Amino acid sequence: MLLLILKRIGLGLITLFIVSLITFVGVEVLPGDACTTYLEREAYGAALDACIKRLGLDIPAYERYLDWASNVVRGDFGYSLSGEMPINEVLGPRVKNSLVLASVSILIGIPLAIVLGIITALWRDKLPDIMISTITIFSMTIPEFISATLLILIVAIWLGWLPGIVIIPSDATFYELLSNIILPVVAISMIMTAHMARMVRSSVIQVMASDYVQMAILKGVPYWKMVFRHVLPNALLPAINVVALTIAWLLGGVVVTEVVFNYPGLGRLVIESISNRDLPVVQALAIILASIYVGINLIADLMTLMLNPRLKSLQIRK
Amino acid sequence: MNEIIESVKNLSIGFNSQKGKQISILRNVSTNIKKGETVGIVGESGSGKSTLALAMMGYIKQGLFPLKGKCLFKSEDLLKMSSRQLEKIRGRKIAMIPQNAGQALTPNLKIGYQIDEALKLHTDLNKKERDKKISELLNKVRLPSPETMAFRYPHELSGGQQQRVAVAMALAGKPDLLLLDEPTTGLDVTTQAHVLELLRFIAKDTGTSMIYVSHDLGAIAQVSDRIVVMYAGEIVLEGPARKILKEPIHPYTYGLLKSIPKLSLAGLPASMPGSQPQPGSINEGCSFYDRCNLATDHCKKNSPDLEYIKELDTNVRCFNHKELINQNNNLQTSITKKSNNSEAIEVLKLKDVSISYAKQKFFDQLLNKISDQNPTVKDINIDIKKGETIALVGESGSGKSTILKSIAGLLKTKDGQIKFEKDRILSSDLKKRNPNDLRAIQLIFQNPDESLNPNHTVEQILSQPLKLYFNLSGDELKKNIIDLLKKVRLGEFYMSRYPRQLSGGEKQRVAVARAFAAKPDIILCDEVTSALDVSVQAAVLNLLQQLKEDLGTTYVFVSHDLAVVRAISDRVAVLYQGRLCEIGPSQNVYKFPSHPYTEVLLGAVLEPDPDIKPKLVAEDIVEEKPPEKGCSFQGRCPRKIGDICNSEVPPWQIGENGNAIRCHINIDELASLQQ
Repeated sequence: MLLLILKRIGLGLITLFIVSLITFVGVEVLPGDACTTYLEREAYGAALDACIKRLGLDIPAYERYLDWASNVVRGDFGYSLSGEMPINEVLGPRVKNSLVLASVSILIGIPLAIVLGIITALWRDKLPDIMISTITIFSMTIPEFISATLLILIVAIWLGWLPGIVIIPSDATFYELLSNIILPVVAISMIMTAHMARMVRSSVIQVMASDYVQMAILKGVPYWKMVFRHVLPNALLPAINVVALTIAWLLGGVVVTEVVFNYPGLGRLVIESISNRDLPVVQALAIILASIYVGINLIADLMTLMLNPRLKSLQIRK
Repeated sequence: MNEIIESVKNLSIGFNSQKGKQISILRNVSTNIKKGETVGIVGESGSGKSTLALAMMGYIKQGLFPLKGKCLFKSEDLLKMSSRQLEKIRGRKIAMIPQNAGQALTPNLKIGYQIDEALKLHTDLNKKERDKKISELLNKVRLPSPETMAFRYPHELSGGQQQRVAVAMALAGKPDLLLLDEPTTGLDVTTQAHVLELLRFIAKDTGTSMIYVSHDLGAIAQVSDRIVVMYAGEIVLEGPARKILKEPIHPYTYGLLKSIPKLSLAGLPASMPGSQPQPGSINEGCSFYDRCNLATDHCKKNSPDLEYIKELDTNVRCFNHKELINQNNNLQTSITKKSNNSEAIEVLKLKDVSISYAKQKFFDQLLNKISDQNPTVKDINIDIKKGETIALVGESGSGKSTILKSIAGLLKTKDGQIKFEKDRILSSDLKKRNPNDLRAIQLIFQNPDESLNPNHTVEQILSQPLKLYFNLSGDELKKNIIDLLKKVRLGEFYMSRYPRQLSGGEKQRVAVARAFAAKPDIILCDEVTSALDVSVQAAVLNLLQQLKEDLGTTYVFVSHDLAVVRAISDRVAVLYQGRLCEIGPSQNVYKFPSHPYTEVLLGAVLEPDPDIKPKLVAEDIVEEKPPEKGCSFQGRCPRKIGDICNSEVPPWQIGENGNAIRCHINIDELASLQQ
């Protein structure tokens, strides 16, 4: 078991190494370098030389990669070009903001999705299922920039209950943040919850039709006991991996929502740094987002392994 | 003994078709189950036997509903009970033993928990007493080390063990009535015989009534006191087991019994024409009219009622049953095969073939070899002659299908050679074989549902090999397809049909036609009749035999069913754990002396005759891997003589009958031991 965990971690590290190589090489093969792209028309003479010197572009690429990589391992991503400040300082508040947004969405969205999924499955084709399924399919199909804009229009402008865009100082307390992020959380949860509820629904329906559930009924197990002991543990197991992917997506992929609400998270930073041609920041973000995906998927796989007796004993036997 | 515990009265169950019509799949079924009695319900797939059994627990599958009638358990109607009331009866009064225990045990719960759950629900025992009871129950169903068994998960057990756990779980509530839905289908022959023996013991020991549902008359014959025969949702024959099996007075039962291949009979069983009608397709007349050879015009218009025949104590649904009384001698006949027309020309030779499923290690991959000291299949030497049918038999894991795949080129061999037409070596890599060799060897799979593309019409399915191997097109292609369909006794109008519009037997005929389209020299048949109903199986076997006699094809026939193999094959090779145990002409392999494993297999076969009991000579342990040294059968052999069996591979000995046996015991001694 321990060997397996180590093996998986090793594989994750190799993935990250490859990602770092690809981003580094990608940046290298682009025409021009960090300085010319950043300085644009002023990229000549002393300014260019100074920039090259400052970024160390005059040393060979592999040395720069090693240099950069060893700094990254120590947690230092170097300097951003546009802000001329350490990337860590640029990233810090963004990571925090994204974490807050993601964790609130997860805390609300995932339990809600599971409950809705179970209800729709157990009352399949009855009124609760028809109602909830209609709503989930609706919120799945509306693109988030439309639902987010509509939310702003109704809640912020017509009703005036909540601020339409998020303006938070970098030293805002968690509570201050919270009142600001209600609308983004709702916009994100609509899509996320709908997708996940559909998945849980079909998974529960599949398990309800299995031989072992029929067996439990014929054994005289009361309905709710059967649902909790025989159905849910088996039906929710495949949900773990979907939850993991959703979490990773929440941390770096909710670009549209962040842009609509002007929310200073990681997703918007990706867009900003790309349009500013701030290549060091792009590199840093690629590594960070890759680590998030690798890390969360690793945790999800290990959890599935622990919770599924079938996989567990398979591993032990090996 | 005469107290009735459950009685079904005029029960009809059905569903609403898409056109809004009510279609019944059970029609007017009435029967009584007496205390301490075992009733076998037998019928082919779609006869409504499982629906009837589940209704007897008050359970109706989704989409179905009762149309009329009652299921009275101790004079209370189960179909009118609330789910609360049913929970009190299920598991406590009536318990179920399911068909596939592997899927009927909840995968995330330990064995002990699942039995404990039943005990908690249906008994007043406290924790300590329950724990004791669990190991008692596990012991009763003869599971090894019952103390540790409780802590294991279902998937950690073999198929036979899982089935035993299901039995233990059903016994936990001390039910008055046990319902068994195909409890041994899908188990290996020896395991099946052991589980049946256990069930018989439990019935006697506890005095529980049992309802045993199966398509397998062999299994039914071993356990039942009374037999109910179902056809197209109706009871067509009901009476004491011995009478039903020895003097069947309904033409369906008569034909069914004739269509079962029997160990004692060489030659092919007689087949019944046609197949069971779809639910809702019978409007008037007898449901068996189309397939019956006693049918008269009267049967076409009028549907017969169940009639009680006093001297046989039997209910029968047939106008002409009198014609079948005293016909029983004919049951023991079969169609003789045309004498073996195999010439002495060798078409296929397996020489020292070994096959390994082990993953290639990195260096081996570089060197393109497999280093596995203990491969799944080892040292297979078989010469196959032109025009013969050679059968490979063995239980699951014996390597029979593996060998077939290697001949077809789907699986690489580790060592040895496969030679085709004398001395040409067939590459073990499919891509390196030339098109003509690919054409010459065709494969028919077990399940036609999976081997026929559901989106292709029969015409498309059959045109593919014709286009690929012979470049046919236009009228010539069509003419060839019609010829092929004629060969497998299907009409021209089948060309536009999709597989889903065909019955199981018709689908397998199309699969047979596809194999023959390539004009092959050798056809590999992988359990081709296992997924078919008995009456259809006989028809497919007859068809294969007919085609072989007409076209001189060679068959390599893989099956776990020894009676089927007896019927179709000229020569038999018995395999255990990927090693050959015995090989010889089939009439001799089925006679003694045999290899101890053949003896075990033959002993475990269930015949549809209550007087022939299976002989259980070896334990039904499951071995995961072949032993590294010595005889492959050392772990289970009832005739093991000592250390030599563990250390040395036994030599081949040839008996006077011409069958070769691989055993350390002298062949003459073996003969005297088995007398």
